[in-house]
Amino acid sequence: MKDEVLIKVDGVSKKFCKDLKKSLKYGIQDLGGALFTKKEKKELRPDEFWAVKDISFEVKRGECIGLIGHNGAGKSTLLKMLNGLINPDEGRIEMHGRIGALIELGAGFNPILTGRENIYNNGAILGFSAKEIDEKLEDIIEFSEIRDFIDMPVQNYSSGMKVRLGFAVAAQMEPDVLIIDEVLAVGDVGFRLKCFKVIDNILPNTAIIFVSHNMSMVSRICSRILLMDGGKETFLGKDTSKGIDLYYSRFMMGDDKVVFDNGSLQLETVKLLNTPLNDKKIPILKWQDDLVLYMKFQIMQPMEVPLFKIVIYDKEQRPVAMLEPNPKESKVDIKNNTLEFTVTHKNIELSKGLYSINMNIFKDKSINAMLGINQCIFFQMTHENDYYHPFLLSTAFENHRLEK
Amino acid sequence: MSVKIYQSNSSKISLIHIFREMIKDVSSSRDLAWILTMRDLKGQYRQSFLGVLWVFITPLMSALVWIFLNASGAVTMADAGIPYAAYVFSGTMLWSIITESVNMPLKQTTAAKSIMNKINFPKEALLIAGLYKILGNTLIKVILIITVLLIFKVYPTANLLALPLVLLGIILFGFTIGLLATPLGMLYTDVGRALPMAMQFLMYLSPVVYIVADDGSWLSKIIGLNPTTIFIVNGRHAFIGSAFESLSYFGVISAVMLVLFFIGWFFYRFSIPIIVERGGI
Repeated sequence: MKDEVLIKVDGVSKKFCKDLKKSLKYGIQDLGGALFTKKEKKELRPDEFWAVKDISFEVKRGECIGLIGHNGAGKSTLLKMLNGLINPDEGRIEMHGRIGALIELGAGFNPILTGRENIYNNGAILGFSAKEIDEKLEDIIEFSEIRDFIDMPVQNYSSGMKVRLGFAVAAQMEPDVLIIDEVLAVGDVGFRLKCFKVIDNILPNTAIIFVSHNMSMVSRICSRILLMDGGKETFLGKDTSKGIDLYYSRFMMGDDKVVFDNGSLQLETVKLLNTPLNDKKIPILKWQDDLVLYMKFQIMQPMEVPLFKIVIYDKEQRPVAMLEPNPKESKVDIKNNTLEFTVTHKNIELSKGLYSINMNIFKDKSINAMLGINQCIFFQMTHENDYYHPFLLSTAFENHRLEK
Repeated sequence: MSVKIYQSNSSKISLIHIFREMIKDVSSSRDLAWILTMRDLKGQYRQSFLGVLWVFITPLMSALVWIFLNASGAVTMADAGIPYAAYVFSGTMLWSIITESVNMPLKQTTAAKSIMNKINFPKEALLIAGLYKILGNTLIKVILIITVLLIFKVYPTANLLALPLVLLGIILFGFTIGLLATPLGMLYTDVGRALPMAMQFLMYLSPVVYIVADDGSWLSKIIGLNPTTIFIVNGRHAFIGSAFESLSYFGVISAVMLVLFFIGWFFYRFSIPIIVERGGI
């Protein structure tokens, strides 16, 4: 059973057309051409582009491949081909066994009908026979946790309830190949936990393709990463954290980082001291190094030393920590209209990954910001192990037995 | 374990293989087709006050218009051998079976477009569900025609036994035309708009609401050649017990339609991925 290749994608490409009228015309040509000619047409026609170009990979039973990339990278197109909804223009896809797709939950629902009736509609579209649904009906209702409302029209359901019901039906599939596209992003925490439990249960017997923008989910589930950009493969491998870092590096080079500026002071220099730089000129800190942030400001209007609120963000732009602001009586002062100082945090225990620093500068304790800068500097934390939690806190494990 | 292979359209695939897949998909989509039919019917009637009346309200109305026109003397009709009201009512009812059959494939496919974009299921289910709906509505219409004819004291004869065969021909004819038009109709909305117009035109080229005098004029010749004429005439005769006409022509047309049906079905299957890709309609 193990090591059996269930998904085999070989040099698959797909072209799309930017212009609808032309696209329809090409559609007619394809309809006719495919039937009557056997010639392979590889070149692009006017206004066409490669939405997916030359993608190859294999997935074995028990493996999960994470398909990541920014919007428009070609993920959905590739998924549609894997699901057999559209045909590749080049290459070949082989899918073994029963295919399940968690792409749209609750497909086939008729809003006027009750939840119970719609279990049949959705189940039938997912490929269950009427008898199978009869047998699984109780399990589905139980799993959805909406038994009280099961005989109510689905149009009165909340979107969360609809998704719950849809997933409850889909969870009954016993696929060999499972395609998951973003559906798990909806629903509350309890629902998401439930989804993961289902996926964990079926993973050993299934080959999964998981598409998500949530990298903590990707790193939790996937054993391999395929990173796409502009339809092409930019990374494919078992080093999931490397793939995820590459994914984030695309978003790093931000544009306008100054979000607020009243003209009273200007940032001249910001850097981390005592750190080596990586190949992208980003400072590297080892876990438990000291974070020493050096900053130099040009003061444009006479003022007291302002209040610095410095926040560390992770690569998903979630704030993970705030550096304690400068106290009123600190020794930092302004000389020759220049403010130059370091902020030190000893033994930083952020876990491996890429972080950025946002800074907001306030006049004294007031709420009036003078300068706000997002992502004024990036830094990379390194550690031999990969964790998706933001902090790795150092510990000491010791024997300790309470006396009776 | 089953293996699915997806590759470019221009790759060689044997016809026998495709035909086998078609048959397999039909058998695997029977449950789905039935559930989809029930879903649509329940949804339709649960939100409707007149409910099943809508099956025959349109042909009933057009029949009433013609009965009124005839009674008022605005148009005069030759003698049909049965009361004109019975003639026109059976005509519009039979005609509505043809139009419903023509429109059904495109209607079913368009309604399922959003699911077709997301989930892979045998599309044959949509066609079969469409056939179920046509058959159900046809049954209602047949009962209605017989009832109305009885009211006008036109009693059924042994001819009624041939009715299922005639109806099968009618549905096959309409459904095949609709099926052939569907791939193009999914890409261009023009087809969906043009179909009812063309059907309206065809209706006046068939003896639905008026009686054709067999006078050898060019119009009567065109009407005689029009395939829908043969279906309407023989359908009506099955009800009223007159002798069937042009049986060989009926047989030829039905045979041609059967061949075209399989071509249309094949083409339909083939076109679905292209339609999904081009996002027609």
